[in-house]
Amino acid sequence: MAEDKNLHNVEDVNPDKENVSAQEEYSLNDDRRVKVLSPGAMVAKRFFRNRTAVFGMAVLIIMFIFSFIGGLITPYGESELFYRVDYQQKEYASAIENKEYRYKGTADFSAIVQAQMLLAINSHKDSFTWDKINYYVAQEADNLYRCSNEAGELIGIAYKAIFNPAKQGTSLELDALLETQKAYANGGGTYTVGGETYVMDAEGNITKDGEDFGYISVYNIQALMSDVFLSREFKEQVIAEIEAGVDDFVFTDVDGVEHEYKLAFVPANNRYTITQATETRVYDRYSAPSKEHPFGTDKNGMDVMTRLMYGGRVSLVIGFVVEFIATAIALILGGIAGYFGGWVDNLIMRIVDIFYCIPSMPILIIIGAAMDNASVPPKTRMIYLMLILGVLGWPGLARLIRGQILSLREQEFMTATEATGLSYRRRIFQHLIPNVVPQTIVSVTMGLGGTILTESSLSFLGLGVRFPFASWGNIINDVNDTYVLQHYLFIWIPAGVLLLATVLAFNLVGDGLRDAFDPKMKR
Amino acid sequence: MNTLRFVAKRILLSVVILFFVALIIYTIMRCLPTSYIENVARAKATQPNSKSYEEWMAQLSATYGMDKGIIAGFFIWLGQAIRGNFGDSWQYTVPVIQKFKECIGISFWMSAISMIFEWLIAIPLGIIAAKKQYSRTDYAISIVAIACMSLPTFFLIALLKLVFCIKLPWFDLIGVVGRNYAQLDAWGRFLDRAHHLVLPIVTLVLISIGSLMRYVRTNMLEVLNADYIRTARAKGLSERKVINKHAFRNTLIPLVTFLGGSLPGLFGGALFTETMYSIPGIGYYSYHAMYAGDIPFSMFYMTFTALLALMGNLLADVLYAVVDPRVRVS
Repeated sequence: MAEDKNLHNVEDVNPDKENVSAQEEYSLNDDRRVKVLSPGAMVAKRFFRNRTAVFGMAVLIIMFIFSFIGGLITPYGESELFYRVDYQQKEYASAIENKEYRYKGTADFSAIVQAQMLLAINSHKDSFTWDKINYYVAQEADNLYRCSNEAGELIGIAYKAIFNPAKQGTSLELDALLETQKAYANGGGTYTVGGETYVMDAEGNITKDGEDFGYISVYNIQALMSDVFLSREFKEQVIAEIEAGVDDFVFTDVDGVEHEYKLAFVPANNRYTITQATETRVYDRYSAPSKEHPFGTDKNGMDVMTRLMYGGRVSLVIGFVVEFIATAIALILGGIAGYFGGWVDNLIMRIVDIFYCIPSMPILIIIGAAMDNASVPPKTRMIYLMLILGVLGWPGLARLIRGQILSLREQEFMTATEATGLSYRRRIFQHLIPNVVPQTIVSVTMGLGGTILTESSLSFLGLGVRFPFASWGNIINDVNDTYVLQHYLFIWIPAGVLLLATVLAFNLVGDGLRDAFDPKMKR
Repeated sequence: MNTLRFVAKRILLSVVILFFVALIIYTIMRCLPTSYIENVARAKATQPNSKSYEEWMAQLSATYGMDKGIIAGFFIWLGQAIRGNFGDSWQYTVPVIQKFKECIGISFWMSAISMIFEWLIAIPLGIIAAKKQYSRTDYAISIVAIACMSLPTFFLIALLKLVFCIKLPWFDLIGVVGRNYAQLDAWGRFLDRAHHLVLPIVTLVLISIGSLMRYVRTNMLEVLNADYIRTARAKGLSERKVINKHAFRNTLIPLVTFLGGSLPGLFGGALFTETMYSIPGIGYYSYHAMYAGDIPFSMFYMTFTALLALMGNLLADVLYAVVDPRVRVS
């Protein structure tokens, strides 16, 4: 709008001032009284008077600055990945309070005998018979039962507390285990099995020959990763925390480093899980708009703003290249057909008819899908895309140019070129083609909008410009995920608005140009 | 007589054009490096104790009739196509024509209904814009029209879904029937389908109304600048009479032509709209067939589309001659 105003000032105010003084000097029919504008200036004047066209022009200029200069200014690269540090609660260990009996015994203590023994325990019987053999069950302590055969020999025990060795690979024999369990049930003590003396304190810690041997408890605590060894202190603290019923606790390890853990009971498997917050470096996906990323980041963790800039560049460059190819073909073929007429015209126009009839979108989809299958590299794809769009896009313009030239060549100036003996090439390209430039410019401007739409539609389907290259179409592609559609508006709305604005601007400018070029236009 | 000869000539020309279009499409489809058959052969060759990829390729090519050269293959296809046999679809494993008959109905009704709405909305708006040229209303209508023309279909659909399916849960995101469709009676089923077609039809109306509105406006302007309108005004006729009787009737000529030209397009389906709303119409099925490299179905669809375009042009030209007595066919 500002440009509009300025122009009025220049055009209206200055000539008026001149006219006041000029009127006295020049006679009424003096040519100098009338300000003569060249045809180009007339067109420009008419164009700038059209507010919508000027608006479109302004939008286009902004788009060009945004895409071409923005891409240079932005601190990020087109496919630069961003990371963020994420704290994830990762499962570290699990603890289970053993409520089931565990069994240990000789070879005679088979699984069936164990089951029968459990039945006897539960029904408070002191003997049971299995496979014509009598077994005797006796309670040694709470949750500790022994099973013996007729001869009174110990063949197995059922217990609940679990022995955790201090060193890996240590295990307890049946007799030793029984004694250990007894000691645990009695709250510690000293006991001797097989010549070895063990000492157990009230918490279940066992020492043998003054050395830490292991400990016993009803909780079974295991690390998730096999290479993590859980220290005694850690396990004890976990048990204490479970009994205290807390949700999180801090454990200070041997080196004095504090670690935070979360404790949660999982009813499904009757287990406590201990999770630790671990620092993880993840792609900064779908982060909300912020100072660093005005439009947030996309699903790959790339800056959407930068992608939009490069996407605009891709869309505009593709649009121009395609229109250049299409216009070149159309000018040459349309010009030849219109100028020569006759069978040449007939042949070329039939080719135009055929190309006009080829459904372009299906062809583009099929070729795109085939390139998908052949895994054509993204850059080559882009070049193919431009070529195909260009080759499919010329027939309409060729028809228009041919019609114009057909009428132009009958005019006197063409007879004059013939009379002066100019070559065909000069006659067509220097005298005819310049006369169809206005129509061509209008058609190219409108065509640019259309091409950008086609390209973005294909990219949206994933058949046009592909990752890692950005295009407004493939940025919006994320919307196929309903979650993105609903929650990450900052990704796809800006791309859509830019696309709509650009196509709209090209159409408005094209419209304005058409009106401006039209001498019959009244305003 | 003259008209008949003109029509006959145009039809003949259309047939020739169609022939070459089909030939070009066929050549492109056959020349593409990877296609459906290669994929199937690759999948089959990886199965245990299977034949090699080359053997599978040879066998499958023979089965699908792809072992002939391009030109020979094309004439075989053409010979069958003329008799109405477009072969079996590879993707859907039924005859192409059968699949077409299944899915054309919904596409046709969708396009037809949206077309009616388009005309009902575009004609009055176009006339108002022309009547009040350079007024605020005219600018508003023109800009809306040009904005509709510039709307990327996929973006429009995403916006509509966001507003009418998520923010206001009035419609389902995709599909043509609801989840309790099977329990509904005949009337309920009809309503359910109609409900699911609302958004697709709105989309179709919005994306195609712009050009129609501009077309109406341009033609109305042309008529309003004609001498007979000046005469009518000079006679002292009321503005209403001038517009409704003298001007509107004359704009009907290009409009009827335009309408005739767009009638065949009703059978073409809407590729984007149907695909994004998962409406099982011709556009949806052909998109998936084309994506999979299903040559028979794609050949049929593209030839059919080309035929529709040719028919549209022909119909427009003929109608123009029929409706406007001033036109002398040369």
